[in-house]
Amino acid sequence: MLRESLKMSWQNIIQNKMRSFLTILGIVIGVTAIIALVTVVQAVIDNVNEQFDSVGANTLVVSAQGTPLKQGLTDKELEEIRQIDGVVGIAPSINATMNVYRNGVVYEDVFIDGKNELFFQRNKIIGNGRAFNYLDVEQKTNVCIISGEFQKEAFIGENPIGQTITLKGIRYVIVGVADGSDNSVMTLMGGNTTDIYVPYKNLMDLSGQNRIYALEIYMSENAKSTKYISDAVKQYLNTAFNNKEDSYSLIVMDSLLDMMKSMQSMLTTALTAIASIALLVGGIGIMNMMLVSVTERTVEIGLRKALGAEPRLIQIQFLTEAIMLSLLGGIIGLMVGLGISFLCGAVMNIAIHISWGAIALGVGFSGAVGIIFGFTPAKKASELNPIDALRSV
Amino acid sequence: MAEKLLEMTDIVKTYNIAGEDQVVLNHIDFDVERGEFVSILGPSGSGKSTMMNIIGCLDVPTSGRYILHGKEIANMDQIELAHIRNKEIGFIFQSFQLLKRNTILENVELPLIYSKIPTRERHERAREMLERMGLGNKLDFYPNQLSGGQQQRVAISRAVVTQPSILLADEPTGALDQKTGQQVMELFAELNEEGRTIIMITHDKHIAAHAKRIVKILDGVMSEGVTEDA
Repeated sequence: MLRESLKMSWQNIIQNKMRSFLTILGIVIGVTAIIALVTVVQAVIDNVNEQFDSVGANTLVVSAQGTPLKQGLTDKELEEIRQIDGVVGIAPSINATMNVYRNGVVYEDVFIDGKNELFFQRNKIIGNGRAFNYLDVEQKTNVCIISGEFQKEAFIGENPIGQTITLKGIRYVIVGVADGSDNSVMTLMGGNTTDIYVPYKNLMDLSGQNRIYALEIYMSENAKSTKYISDAVKQYLNTAFNNKEDSYSLIVMDSLLDMMKSMQSMLTTALTAIASIALLVGGIGIMNMMLVSVTERTVEIGLRKALGAEPRLIQIQFLTEAIMLSLLGGIIGLMVGLGISFLCGAVMNIAIHISWGAIALGVGFSGAVGIIFGFTPAKKASELNPIDALRSV
Repeated sequence: MAEKLLEMTDIVKTYNIAGEDQVVLNHIDFDVERGEFVSILGPSGSGKSTMMNIIGCLDVPTSGRYILHGKEIANMDQIELAHIRNKEIGFIFQSFQLLKRNTILENVELPLIYSKIPTRERHERAREMLERMGLGNKLDFYPNQLSGGQQQRVAISRAVVTQPSILLADEPTGALDQKTGQQVMELFAELNEEGRTIIMITHDKHIAAHAKRIVKILDGVMSEGVTEDA
């Protein structure tokens, strides 16, 4: 019996191709929107989360501009921060743009980042060669690490390891290539993409800066309380900058992560709610078509009843048709939505994961729309009086 | 001696039209025995359509008793009526009432679907029926690919395929030319010979004359008619 219902519904849908198509368009658009929005938002947020996660937990990010009288942090102050209970390491960050020379070629305004060895321990971005070590940093060895991008620009078809570049007349030996993505929080927060890394003390000398304005603080993994440590750091900075709170900022990565996650769920909910409006409109379209269909097929309904179809069967028949229509819209929407998602993923260069939740949402919603908006027309059809129905010939 | 297949006693049907009760069937008594071929003859507005609806269990009388094949119909609900129609009545309509989007085989199968006959048996019975009607080579045709006479034979197949107690025909020749109408009447006679009970509703006394018995209906009152000079 169900098979008959399905067959009849399908026949009716394909017999009115244009009308069926226009009817399900609303559902298609609604489901496409839901799937694409949910999937893309999810992918973007996953991507960001992933990057934050890898830096993330147990990290404090400090930006310390200081006051006009007390700018940045000195080496001594960095060491004092390093001594705070629960802090296992710090990674100062300094940057500059300068011209880079190699074999008589000038690369202008190259973005140089000064880091220490801890930075590379936390951020596994070295693809080839080696990272800096403690001695490189402390003894200001003239070594550097270039980015994959810079390699493509300056070392086409060559192995850069062991070769040299010149910064302000000083030769730097390339020891590594960072071709992993730079997960450093500084970069994430809108900094430039680093082309060349050098030990931070070298860069302080090269650029003539003697203060540090940014650093990451790594906390012990089994630290009892992130808050306790961040408060201690905060108090230290407060004292250092004469209680001027706007002279520095401190971001606790863990709470940032939590915030990101709650933002994600809010965003997803909001977008889904908006897309649901399209589904509502689509549902009304289906209801309209089903009502028209019931009117058109009055005689047929009458005949079926005369031949012994129970009212319930007629109802099932029309409900089946409504559900089939909206599910069809849902499936088309699902495919279009996923297509758009993958397209977005390709353009934005992020990985798209097909979310079963989104699929269940799209298909579930469209099925529900079919049931809700198909019910009234189906009920109407089932209640038709066969005499009136047959008479309207 | 013959078994009473249909027994109507004191049937009244009133419709409420614009706040006024209008009596359409006025205390009708009507019996049909198994194997009869009866015409109900009457002009339009005489109540014959209402009569057909009640006989066909599409409608229930306002008062009176109607026993069909041993079952009291008057108090049945919509679901029970649907079962009775499916099992006991084979409808034949003036305008054939075939589903034009389905093949004639599917059309004949339709009432069997509602009797929940398994697919294979359904196909078999519908095919056999159509072959008997000389349409065995047109099973996959759609109704509009057939002539009027052929379409009415499909409709008759659909009515007979369930082996109902009664074939109930409403102006079965109304949409056919005289020659084709004649053929349909011959088919009815043949079906009646085989023992089928046929009730035919018509306004045409020449058509009615094909039946073995004629009852006339006028202004909701029924009278056993004489076969001639109606």
